[in-house]
Amino acid sequence: MVDSGADLANRTSPLSGFHGGSSTVRLEAAPPAERISLRCRAEDVAALSSALGVDLPVRPKTSASANGRSALWLGPDEWLVIAEENGGLMQAAKNSGALHSATDVSHRNTAILVSGRGAAAAINAGCPQDLSLKVFPVGACSRTVFGKVEIVLLRTGEDAFRVEVWRSFSDYAFGLLAEGAQDAAV
Amino acid sequence: MLLIHCPYCEEDRSELEFRWAGEAHIARPENIAAISDEEFAEYFFLRNNEKGLTYERWRHIHGCGRFFNAARDTVSDRFLTTYKAGMPKQLLPETGASEKTVETYEATEGDAR
Ligand SMILES: [Zn+2]
Repeated sequence: MVDSGADLANRTSPLSGFHGGSSTVRLEAAPPAERISLRCRAEDVAALSSALGVDLPVRPKTSASANGRSALWLGPDEWLVIAEENGGLMQAAKNSGALHSATDVSHRNTAILVSGRGAAAAINAGCPQDLSLKVFPVGACSRTVFGKVEIVLLRTGEDAFRVEVWRSFSDYAFGLLAEGAQDAAV
Repeated sequence: MLLIHCPYCEEDRSELEFRWAGEAHIARPENIAAISDEEFAEYFFLRNNEKGLTYERWRHIHGCGRFFNAARDTVSDRFLTTYKAGMPKQLLPETGASEKTVETYEATEGDAR
């Protein structure tokens, strides 16, 4: 039998083997996730929210989480929806019956989990946003910049963030976060 | 760092998240195939490039992604107001006379110090 090679096609994370951090910041590559870039009109938000099982937030810089899914407000008609692996997001959006645009970006992005009391300082090494709890509370999210690359930032806890980044930019983002983590520990 | 108020994010955000997108309130002619070359050139190529109060389109490209309009003073580089796309031109008093004009590179450097 000729080996088809199919059994050799293993998925590799763009950040596998990366490690970094400091005494105050922990950096980890997030496990694989399913993601869609979703756009729809205001009148279709309710139908898509109920189909996805999570309420699409309509206030700037806010997110919502339910049923293992998170919906992040990116713009007035644009969301990033993240689910645990194989979450069926595309099918769920389709089932809404509402007019929308959904693009599967599961493999376009990867994510870095940044935690510890120096987490905000490490991110601020390359991000101009005010990450104080008053201005960027738990659950807040935003598309923004980190050094030379664009990221989507989600605060998952007082000292914890998820940094969504395009996979081809992820080694740069991880490297700059590692530098920021060192500075945050000084 | 210059902070710009995004009317969609309802927040002041760093200039690093924004991109300039040319002069605002330029209406596309409805009969574009019928207008003369001169009228087309006026619409397509010619811009006012005003000194002082100017109206521009900006885009919050690394934020909410929206285009919006801004009134900016090109002498002081100050944003006077920003407002959502589609809203009428927000009339403001001319500010050029009240701002200190910086004419030369040397003078700019002098201000920076
Ligand atoms: Zn915005």
